[in-house]
Amino acid sequence: MLIINCPLCGPRDHAEFTYVGDATKNRPKNGDSSNDNAWYDFVYLRDNPKGLHEELWQHSFGCRCFVKVLRNTLTHEIIATGMPKDNLILKEKGLELNV
Amino acid sequence: MFRFQSRQQQRLDDGGQINRLAPINFTFDGKKFIGFEGDTLASALLANGVRLVGRSFKYHRPRGIYSAGIEEPNALVALRSGDRHEPNTRATAIELFPGLEAKSQNRWPNLLLDYLQINNLLSPFLSAGFYYKTFMGLPGWHFYEYFIRKAAGMGDGTKFKDPDKYDKKHVHCDILIVGGGPTGISAAVTAGRAGARVILVDNHPKLGGQLNGERYFLDKKPAHHWVEQCVEELDGLENVTIATRTSAFGYYDSDVVNAIESVSDHLPEPLGYQCRQRLWQIRAKKVILATGATERPIVFSNNDRPGIMLASAARRYVNQYAVKPGKKAVIFTNNDDGYKTAFDLARSGIEVVAVVDSRKNIPEHFEKELNEKDIEVIASSVVIDTYGYFGLNSVKIGTLSHNGKTIESNPYIVSADLLAVSGGWSPNVHLYCHSGGKPVYNDSIEAFVPGELSQNGHSAGASRGSFSLTDCLQEGHNIANTMAEALDLEVAEQIIPETNENTIVPIEALWRVPGKGKKFVDLQDDVTESDITLAHREGYVSVEHLKRYTTLGMGTDQGKTSNLNGQAIMAQEKSEPIEKIGTTTFRPPYTPIALGPLAGRDIGLSYKHTRRSAMHNWHKQHGAIFVEAGQWLRPQYYLNEMEQPSKENMDKAISREVQTVRTSVGLVDVSTLGKIDIQGKDSAEFLNRVYTNGWTKLPIGKARYGIMLREDGLVFDDGTTSRLDECHYFMTTTTSNAAAVLSHMEYYLQVQWPKLDVKVTSVTEQWAAMALAGPKSRNVLSKLLPTINVDNESFPFMGVREVDIEGVPARIFRISFSGELSYEINVPADFGEFIWQRILEVGKAYSIRPYGTEAMGIMRIEKGHVAGPELDGRTTATDLGLQKLLSSKKDFIGSKMMHREGLKDENRPRLVGLVPVDKKSRVKSGAILVKDPTLAPPVPKLGHVSSSAYLSPTLGHPISLGFVSGNIIETTKKIWAVSPLHNESHELEITDPVFYDQKSERLHD
Ligand SMILES: [Zn+2]
Repeated sequence: MLIINCPLCGPRDHAEFTYVGDATKNRPKNGDSSNDNAWYDFVYLRDNPKGLHEELWQHSFGCRCFVKVLRNTLTHEIIATGMPKDNLILKEKGLELNV
Repeated sequence: MFRFQSRQQQRLDDGGQINRLAPINFTFDGKKFIGFEGDTLASALLANGVRLVGRSFKYHRPRGIYSAGIEEPNALVALRSGDRHEPNTRATAIELFPGLEAKSQNRWPNLLLDYLQINNLLSPFLSAGFYYKTFMGLPGWHFYEYFIRKAAGMGDGTKFKDPDKYDKKHVHCDILIVGGGPTGISAAVTAGRAGARVILVDNHPKLGGQLNGERYFLDKKPAHHWVEQCVEELDGLENVTIATRTSAFGYYDSDVVNAIESVSDHLPEPLGYQCRQRLWQIRAKKVILATGATERPIVFSNNDRPGIMLASAARRYVNQYAVKPGKKAVIFTNNDDGYKTAFDLARSGIEVVAVVDSRKNIPEHFEKELNEKDIEVIASSVVIDTYGYFGLNSVKIGTLSHNGKTIESNPYIVSADLLAVSGGWSPNVHLYCHSGGKPVYNDSIEAFVPGELSQNGHSAGASRGSFSLTDCLQEGHNIANTMAEALDLEVAEQIIPETNENTIVPIEALWRVPGKGKKFVDLQDDVTESDITLAHREGYVSVEHLKRYTTLGMGTDQGKTSNLNGQAIMAQEKSEPIEKIGTTTFRPPYTPIALGPLAGRDIGLSYKHTRRSAMHNWHKQHGAIFVEAGQWLRPQYYLNEMEQPSKENMDKAISREVQTVRTSVGLVDVSTLGKIDIQGKDSAEFLNRVYTNGWTKLPIGKARYGIMLREDGLVFDDGTTSRLDECHYFMTTTTSNAAAVLSHMEYYLQVQWPKLDVKVTSVTEQWAAMALAGPKSRNVLSKLLPTINVDNESFPFMGVREVDIEGVPARIFRISFSGELSYEINVPADFGEFIWQRILEVGKAYSIRPYGTEAMGIMRIEKGHVAGPELDGRTTATDLGLQKLLSSKKDFIGSKMMHREGLKDENRPRLVGLVPVDKKSRVKSGAILVKDPTLAPPVPKLGHVSSSAYLSPTLGHPISLGFVSGNIIETTKKIWAVSPLHNESHELEITDPVFYDQKSERLHD
């Protein structure tokens, strides 16, 4: 029942989107064994936070854009959306500071 | 004029909102009755003097009609018959329609003679948790469970397909009003006048709510005049939609409220064009929850007999339906409701024996009317017990001691066939809870009311505990205006009508009466007071434990009349205030709903769409037998004109097709393969990262086979990709992974490597694809392309050509899945059938044949090519024998994780060929490979069979592909395949996975 504001298409019903996963994980650069833990973290480890969470959704039945969504896992409220590169948590914190 | 009074002995001569000129025939348990338009099944049964309508869930006690609305715990009946049979419907909510057929439930063989009433005598043993304590854990629980579930049951479902249609609609509004009683109507008038887009939903056939069941006067006229006047105004407003017979059952995130409209449940069957029910998904900016309140009973001994009902229900039966639910009534109350009930019943000619009020003081303003109607009030008193097996015949009354724990003076018995009970009213906070709200306890009304706002759903009127009619009307108006203001609309005026109600004297809590008999808290689940005290003694004291241990509130009524009483009794046992006990979380749906409207039209083929290739019609006309591959329909094999579908003919056709391809030439439809167009100057670099092998040096006009891994190092998909131009590639994927591969690549391009200049687009639907395979395929191709040199040097293996075939642009890829010389020809989908036919015409000279997925599958197993069953998400490239494709010179997706220890274990199962030792046995794919089939389980698994060809026409015997642990392959040549489910075991020889043309000479020549 969520409305997700696709940065390209505007607000759309969540039925048009596919949930992709945690958007806070960074893919390490490939290479030597020094980054084993970083890879393990990227591929397998996921937090289950209570509260704000950055996640990726794909607008599969729309523009096919990957949308970053800042969602409150407790209330399901969507606080902000943006492109995958955007840091929504930082943006939100900025907003809070301005208040 | 016909009068049916002789049959409807309990019907009043006048009054009510029924149409006496429209009699309606119906049957209950096969017996014929007549009611009137405007009746519910319950009111019509009561009008005919029917009191016993069902047996209780656990003890099989006789039960009657308890309420006059959706909260009904007792009067559950099976409605209709055949494919429209519907169990567990509430007689109190079913509108009477001509020919209505209803049957009582949970009795055998019939209502009066129910053998399982023995449960009532056994009841000391059937307390909370009895079945689980007694039978669970014993050997044979499965055996007992069947009989236990049969004995304690509800109605049976139908086994026929639902003949009706269901629909869905999505609507938006400024203000959604749930509930069309006084609060909701008042809110709608104000919101409507303010110009808001309003939807008002109500689950009854007409608006009015509680006004329909009471004798209220508004501005000195019966309340229905005001209702009609408001409805007329609202009907005239374009911005207002009224949806009656529409029940809001859930409040979800983002202020979405779902409701089910009963479009034709009140008719014998839907009219030709109608659906039965329609789901409304309503997205509202603001929601007004005017959902009213539900009366609750008081818990006392034998409080479940037919003839005992909620006081408000008794009033509704006389006032709305003009039915006398009894002849001699006792009223038991702890609040003012009892007096209203006494007056309404007396006015309708029912003898009111007494009002038993547990409070000490009788409200003064009732005294005049009590004297006029000569009604006795017994203050500080309670109903202790009741009598009458199939229906109430007398009531025992006594005085309650000061502390409420004992009966003081000598009790006495009065005769009565109706006992109207009011224990107070509980606001319907269900939707508020769904929205995320937490109700709080309100001492002044002794009930939970909405607490803080969660979303934008504001409660008003009785649903927030305001039980006075004036308050309801005023609150509806006020909240609507507040919302209108918030929505930047003009605030509207409304003159609130004057009411005739009395000042309300506060309720004094009385939850239960001391006494010995069975005291029901939850009538639907047969949960008694002693079950709750037992739960307390055994430590199941939290609300959630209480609910699960006793099943309190777990029935289809979700405890609408019982939850608070149960919690209050637990609170008393624990000597704690009710708010400390808490309330259970209400979850959707508010009332039971059918699954039909949730599915809507998305059923059958509309749920799972069928995809057909551009050549589908040709296949259909030429003997193809189709098989489902995901959503696709693909030709499995082709029968000759003379052949009838049969197992023998299937085997014959498949062998014929394989032999044709192996010896001459065949044509297969491969349009279902995923096709992705890749463009951009970084395409080669991108492919290099996506595939495990190298792509930077692939020349224009060449194709290459590749595999993709997932990040965890396991194989994801395989296919060929061709370079059409400097920055233009064309990728194929397996049929089943087409969508997943596209999303996979989009993810990396958008999220991980946004700087790469690459665009990917699915073109699966745009191209029709067919593979021309067999030693004579070049002959056919050269006839098809007379001006182009297609010899082995000019058009070598893995070559790609863009050509015109009879004016149709085509892409031809010299790639092979069958192991034969082969060309995959892609043309724009619109020309697919034309080119397909042309190729077959040209190929006639070489006895060309179309072949299906079976022959294709057999040939790829013969050739040892991996496909879906091998790419099952658990295999590495090395497991599949594709380790040569793993480049060590670059990073690619999965290149990091594929080096993990477990994925490099030499003993991992590896791809092998498997041949039955007897050269005959058909080995099922999925069979488990073990060393010795005679050993008793558990037996170590050495691998499994992944793909099987029951006969390789080329080799003359069955062959399979499978996986066998590396160390076993080294040490043994034979292994057993077992399928315990089919009671089969076969000895197999382990071979090379490539059975045919191991040097791949045929496809290179
Ligand atoms: Zn979009």
